[in-house]
Amino acid sequence: MQHLDGNVLAGDLADVFGADLTAAVASCTVCGTRGALAELRVYRTAMGSVARCPQCDAVLVVVTRGPDHPMVSLVGLRALDSETVSTVSGWTSASRPTG
Amino acid sequence: MRVVLAVAEVPNGEVSPFLVHDLRPGDQVEMHGPLGAYFVWAPPAVDPVPVLNGPGSAGAAAAPSVPSASVLAPVQLIAGGSGVVPLFAMASAHSMAADDTPFRLLYSVRTPADVFFADELAAFATAPAPATLDLDVVYTREAPADSPRAPGRLTAELVRQLTWPAEASPRVFVCGPTPFVETVARWLVAMGHPPGAIRTERFGGA
Repeated sequence: MQHLDGNVLAGDLADVFGADLTAAVASCTVCGTRGALAELRVYRTAMGSVARCPQCDAVLVVVTRGPDHPMVSLVGLRALDSETVSTVSGWTSASRPTG
Repeated sequence: MRVVLAVAEVPNGEVSPFLVHDLRPGDQVEMHGPLGAYFVWAPPAVDPVPVLNGPGSAGAAAAPSVPSASVLAPVQLIAGGSGVVPLFAMASAHSMAADDTPFRLLYSVRTPADVFFADELAAFATAPAPATLDLDVVYTREAPADSPRAPGRLTAELVRQLTWPAEASPRVFVCGPTPFVETVARWLVAMGHPPGAIRTERFGGA
């Protein structure tokens, strides 16, 4: 299944939290990697979105949409930091081992 | 406020065919956005978009501080197809601010007819220095007669030739379909760009 990235979560997260969180720095509970929420790997279906850690593939965020509002689970986030992402090395798909 | 929307029609899509074929001048639409605080560029003179700007987050911690080194760094934009849209917005902001941050755009597109914002991009490319946009278009299927290259897919070698080298410490924004973004980002890291200097946005149609 073709993934997207955390940029697509901007609207749903804004609906729940009232702020744009895509530039916030997330840390993965499983492997501890930190990076912008926008760089998570996001798998979208009609039911909602599953955002996974680009390093270890753990499920970090799940968004489901009810009849009129989204619900967010931050199941795999150890922390969400409003620190600017420009100061952390971050994760990118490019730094993920291939194959 | 003037909002520019670029719509790439996806056959049998949920939203784009309606926007392309059904929406009429005078129709009322409800808008949510603009969204996305991550894949943005603002001229150095303007405060960057706050990471947390919603109710309840008022306070000093809300405004991210951008190191001055990154403010002065050149900006490299790399677009695949309609991925040029957010990059056009950055180039537009750069042009409107008459900002002198060096800007380059490498735009991979199938044919001349597929080029988004062709006139606007041409105008940015011929704007007086130092606000000029350094524009290179790589046509993958059909190239115009005056193109410096025969049509063909973007390669690592072309990216190396047509973008700022890692030594110039550019901030790089890559937007396009997922395979395009992942391939280009891998090439950039292999060329020595730090992953943290590369921002990406992958799109899918709806």
